Amino acid sequence: MAPDQIVFWVFAPVSVGSAVAMLFQRNAIHAALFLIVNFFTLAVFYLVLGAPFLFAVQIIVYAGAIMVLFLFVIMLLGVDREESLVERLRGQRPLAIVLGLGLAAEIFVTARASLGLARGPANFDETVNVGGNAQALSHVLFRDYFLPFEVTSILLIVAAIAAMVLAQRRERTTVEAAGEAEV
Amino acid sequence: MIRLPLVLFFSAVLFSTGVYGVLARRNAVLVLMSIELMLNAVNVNLVAFSQFWHDITGQVFALFVIAVAAAEVGIGLAIVILIYRNRETINVDEVNLLKW
Repeated sequence: MAPDQIVFWVFAPVSVGSAVAMLFQRNAIHAALFLIVNFFTLAVFYLVLGAPFLFAVQIIVYAGAIMVLFLFVIMLLGVDREESLVERLRGQRPLAIVLGLGLAAEIFVTARASLGLARGPANFDETVNVGGNAQALSHVLFRDYFLPFEVTSILLIVAAIAAMVLAQRRERTTVEAAGEAEV
Repeated sequence: MIRLPLVLFFSAVLFSTGVYGVLARRNAVLVLMSIELMLNAVNVNLVAFSQFWHDITGQVFALFVIAVAAAEVGIGLAIVILIYRNRETINVDEVNLLKW
């Protein structure tokens, strides 16, 4: 068995297990910690799949920035609130089982169809990652996808401003008092 | 080289887990986390196909997905904080003002 296959079979159960464990945690903090484990295993998958730059980005952006944001909000809203995992809609479970089986069948058919696509084990690093993954990625990103890249930067700026405006606490006393004084 | 169907099956399982989380959990923060799980499953698919077709465009798209996910989480959590401030709850069942 090739080394990357060994890595896959070691980390895939950890990844799926942490994802499922995340869903069945009553405590939001524990769910967030399981999600961090899941993000790290996915970073390992990127490494195995020939994307070392995405490996770094995954750990920095997801496990670093996004999860800190999540933990911050969970702490802000109070960690002691626990929710019940009981379903409330009637007849939801049998319907969900039927539809879930349908989805599983679709996934199975799709995976079977992709079996025929199997290619020879050509080396990704020699064909695409020439001169390094980050270099190859930047060649495509800054030449073919330059406009989407710039649009993404605008999106991030707008999102940051919107988050600030939304989460800002309105100063009732000063602003409205001033407005009433003018009236 | 990991075979493509294995990776596709794995990411499908992750995506289904995320869907279940979005549908079944009622804590708004946990719903957002499940959405992150789904986005990550999509990313795994993109990277796997990128390796399979020997085309790095898939990795570029995964990068875009990560950036958009970061923006989405920022806005989403700000909205959650706002809802908590106004309604004293982040249970998505109790936030039903737009429900007819």
